[in-house]
Amino acid sequence: MASQVFDLSGLDALIGVLRADGRVVVGPLLRDDAITLAEVKSATDLPSGWGVEIGPGHYRVRRRTDTAVFGHSAGPQSWKRFLHPPHRTLMSSDSSGFHAVQDDTPDYAFLGVRACDLAAIGKLRQITGGRAPFVVAAQCTEPGEVCFCTSMGCGPAAGPGYDIALTERIDEQGQRFLATSGTAEGAAVLARVPAREAVPEDIALAEQDVDAAARNMGRAMPELDLRDLLAAGRDSAHWEAVAERCLTCGNCTMVCPTCFCVSVEDHTDLDGNAERAQRWASCFEIDFSYLHGGAVRTSGAARYRQWMTHKLGTWHDQFGTSGCVGCGRCIAWCPAGIDITEEAAVLSQTMKHGGDRR
Amino acid sequence: MTWVPTPYRVVARTVETHDSATLTLRPVAESLPGFRPGQFAMLYAHGVGEVPISISAIPGDGTLVHTIRAVGAVSRALHDAEPGTVIGARGPFGTAWQLDGVEDLLVVAGGIGLAPLRPVLGHLSKRTVLIAGARTPQDLLYKDELGQLSSVDTVLTVDHGDHDWHGRVGFVTEPLASLPFDPERTTALLCGPEPMMRFCARTLLGRGLAPDRIQVSLERNMQCGIGVCGHCQLGPLLLCRDGPVTGYPTARPLLSAKEL
Amino acid sequence: MTIPMADLDTLPLLTNLSHTQRAAVAGVSRIESYDSGTRLFEEGGLADQCWVVLSGCVVVDTVVPSRGRVAVQSIGPGELLGWSWLVPPYRWHFGATVVSPTRAAVVDTGALRQLADEDPAFGYQLSLILIDALLNRLQATRLRLLDLYGNPA
Repeated sequence: MASQVFDLSGLDALIGVLRADGRVVVGPLLRDDAITLAEVKSATDLPSGWGVEIGPGHYRVRRRTDTAVFGHSAGPQSWKRFLHPPHRTLMSSDSSGFHAVQDDTPDYAFLGVRACDLAAIGKLRQITGGRAPFVVAAQCTEPGEVCFCTSMGCGPAAGPGYDIALTERIDEQGQRFLATSGTAEGAAVLARVPAREAVPEDIALAEQDVDAAARNMGRAMPELDLRDLLAAGRDSAHWEAVAERCLTCGNCTMVCPTCFCVSVEDHTDLDGNAERAQRWASCFEIDFSYLHGGAVRTSGAARYRQWMTHKLGTWHDQFGTSGCVGCGRCIAWCPAGIDITEEAAVLSQTMKHGGDRR
Repeated sequence: MTWVPTPYRVVARTVETHDSATLTLRPVAESLPGFRPGQFAMLYAHGVGEVPISISAIPGDGTLVHTIRAVGAVSRALHDAEPGTVIGARGPFGTAWQLDGVEDLLVVAGGIGLAPLRPVLGHLSKRTVLIAGARTPQDLLYKDELGQLSSVDTVLTVDHGDHDWHGRVGFVTEPLASLPFDPERTTALLCGPEPMMRFCARTLLGRGLAPDRIQVSLERNMQCGIGVCGHCQLGPLLLCRDGPVTGYPTARPLLSAKEL
Repeated sequence: MTIPMADLDTLPLLTNLSHTQRAAVAGVSRIESYDSGTRLFEEGGLADQCWVVLSGCVVVDTVVPSRGRVAVQSIGPGELLGWSWLVPPYRWHFGATVVSPTRAAVVDTGALRQLADEDPAFGYQLSLILIDALLNRLQATRLRLLDLYGNPA
């Protein structure tokens, strides 16, 4: 695939081309002291010069010393909220019968999708389906403190699935983006963006930056078969230990870019019309596992085990892949600072020491 | 559209017990694809909600037959649906009883667990033994019909008998422990509360039946039927997709885990 | 008296006995047929027999004021009826009535105890069989206590 290089005005032109084609361009936007995701109408909407400071149970935006627009890692939101909205009407029912709900999902273009989130979009769409968005990926050159995409095989280089991949670089030659198309559609869009042809040095520098990022990950999953670990660790006493810290608030499931669970609810009005709608649900809710008579998973230990086992283990059985992409959101947004990589490491240690059983 | 139910009209309602009724549903226009024994439908009561209900007979004329036990708001609304009521149905969902190559059939049911097994009874020219348990004689489903199935040897057992009851008083594991059967020819289908299935399976293993000759029907919270809501997970399984019918070798470790 | 060897050979209950041991049991047993309604024993009566039901059904009961005789347990084909002969004071704790035409092997338990006393190896095998049957009965009773089919709503 051909590559080209443009500056911020080129990025602005890219947004313009996508918008001219009728797409709603969604990208990073500074709002409420966080890098959120919302519609961007021009490159000036992007959080130029803003970075983030992240740790377990910790997230702050900070001023950068440069003007990078993609110089921040995963924020509180993910692309899930656009592909799999928090609330969605499924059908309506009235005296004339049952009716499908018109799909008013816009034709999305996602701008600045990190490698981890690109992988997450693939995993999510495998389950929820729906129209494929146009994806402009931003390869990661500056991972955050809670990032571990390398050990999940999901980054920092953008994997398959993007239409265009950007690599941002700021040096003595200024701020610029190396753009590489991944699809014919991406190439056609790029052809309409004013840019210069990339030279081998542009590509070498981008590769060097992304390679460096891979060595700069804040965290890593233990190097072992997580699926086997979780299957063998079902009865470990470690789950009780996590439950002592876990508040079962469900934040991890809400911020996770692949957690897809929904509950279906019914609404009626006084005219006798009814609607069925789904909303994001969390396996940490007591009623999540409700069967007539009561919930199956009532203890915090069982609910944390369900979440982590599903994410790292049984997702493989159900969907042929891991449910985790290493974005680190669940670590940053856990009010107790529970770290999935650390829990996996401790679990594997307890299993090595005879797998103490509860 | 997988979320939009197909309208069916209740054309017959048979009261089975004090809390269970069988509905016969005829499509208002389009009908759903054919169901196999063991599969389930998501049945929708207007404005109340949707619940998974196993198919409990397959007449082959496009009608759906479901026995519904009133245990919550939605199942109560469906249970109470009088002839003429239109309800919604989606399906067929889930796995079916595996009957290919089956020789002797041993069917063990507890409570409402008899409903998903009813389509199997009398529809195979195989030697079939049915052991069905219930709380009281009044709670036994399909009593009259079972008496007329000449191809099925039926043992009915209740937790609490009464003066008019001439069947057995006890648990289904008891006849199972002494029933003569050939472990080399027998396939066992179990459906009922989880502890019942665990103990029945253990009794059968003790009698020399191989684990892969036992099938069980499992239940978890099912909301979508199509493997996208996540509620019906049981370990590696999404029961609306990988179940409800599973082989015992798969179910065994899952049934013994607490709060899974 | 009929020697019920062929009947005993087919019982899963006795498969762990050797042919010789089964023959010993048969030697102290006889086959009986009962009509529905036959009262086999009464609560408090002398327990000097036990039954292995071959076909039909017997109900174990006890009297509850205002409810009369309440059935607590059925004994069907292949199952053992009667434990009270095993331990002193050898008195029935419950009563038993035949509820459908029943054919059973009736064992002289005094003679059976004597056989067990004289041949500890046989006695041990017999104990294991009885414990196995007791365990099944106990587990089934516990499962009934769970009221699994009760309405949870």
